[in-house]
Amino acid sequence: MEEKAANIGDKLWEVFVQSKQGAPHEHVGSVHAADSELALQNARDVYSRRSEAISIWVVPSDQITASAPSDKGPFFDPADDKIYRHPNFYKVPKGVRGF
Amino acid sequence: MEKRFDEKTKSALFEYVLRLADDNIIIGHRLSEWCGHAPMLEEDIALANIALDCIGQASALYSLAAKIDGAEKNEDDFVYFRNENQYKNLLLVEQPNTDFAYTVARQFFYDAFTIYFYDELSKTGLDPLAAILTKAVKEITYHLRHCKVWMLRLGDGTLESNQKLQSAVNDLWRFTGEMFFKDETDKFLFQQKLIPDSQQVKNKWNKLIEETFREAKIKVPNTLPNTAKGGRIGFHTEHLGHLLAEMQIVARSFPGAKW
Repeated sequence: MEEKAANIGDKLWEVFVQSKQGAPHEHVGSVHAADSELALQNARDVYSRRSEAISIWVVPSDQITASAPSDKGPFFDPADDKIYRHPNFYKVPKGVRGF
Repeated sequence: MEKRFDEKTKSALFEYVLRLADDNIIIGHRLSEWCGHAPMLEEDIALANIALDCIGQASALYSLAAKIDGAEKNEDDFVYFRNENQYKNLLLVEQPNTDFAYTVARQFFYDAFTIYFYDELSKTGLDPLAAILTKAVKEITYHLRHCKVWMLRLGDGTLESNQKLQSAVNDLWRFTGEMFFKDETDKFLFQQKLIPDSQQVKNKWNKLIEETFREAKIKVPNTLPNTAKGGRIGFHTEHLGHLLAEMQIVARSFPGAKW
């Protein structure tokens, strides 16, 4: 019984917080909660107490498919030595921001 | 607000504001007792947040009371240097935490009351009281949402969680009638059209409680809801003295200490 209750409350949720209108939701950490409404409330209490947020997303951690640390080589190394893949040859006109 | 009123009205208003402040400091302190002891870290932070909101409301109300009174008093004088019989809070808010279900039920009864009561009271335009209460209603909206979630999850959870919540509701039910109790101060201020009729608040409270109980599979206790009262005139249950002893010991041992 005890163990079951602990398991239910232990479900992990990833928290994404939007700090201002138009800004992306950024990952800030995780919370434990039994269901999505409680996860949202817990996220509000843990991550927006000092008015850091105007919107919050919570996502069940087990719904995220992530690359493994061992994937680092095959996934990301090939980009390193192919300078022609990077658009570094163009001059950015003055007045273009946020490029 | 102090200039417009005669002495009698001023002293009634002082008493009235003090009661609201006392409710909030006592329930805020009760919630703060969970700090470091809640069932899980996230709930620990949630309860501490609600506690801080209540203490913040109390602080604003004590400042207002001091202003109405006109005496050289500050919030600390009210909180740390009054005895049990000078506290005018509801008996409900001083009841011990006992367990998580008790805490949830107590807070739910209180939030379901203050959300309607403060809203009505803020409409009477008694500034700056109205401004303090308007801000409080926003905070209470979240407190209520949080407590209601737990009422539903405990009530409609396991057999054990349902029984714990039902027994908390049964025990606390007799303190709920006091929220709508009116004494001379209330009647006088009502005649002066300074405070609203509590009947409307009571109807809304009843409706919310019934709906939530039904959804949470909690039975309405068959005891009378108004058997315990006296908080408003300073007659308390045995629990308040212990709470005050803990809350006041440092301030009384080292008066005027700063840290």
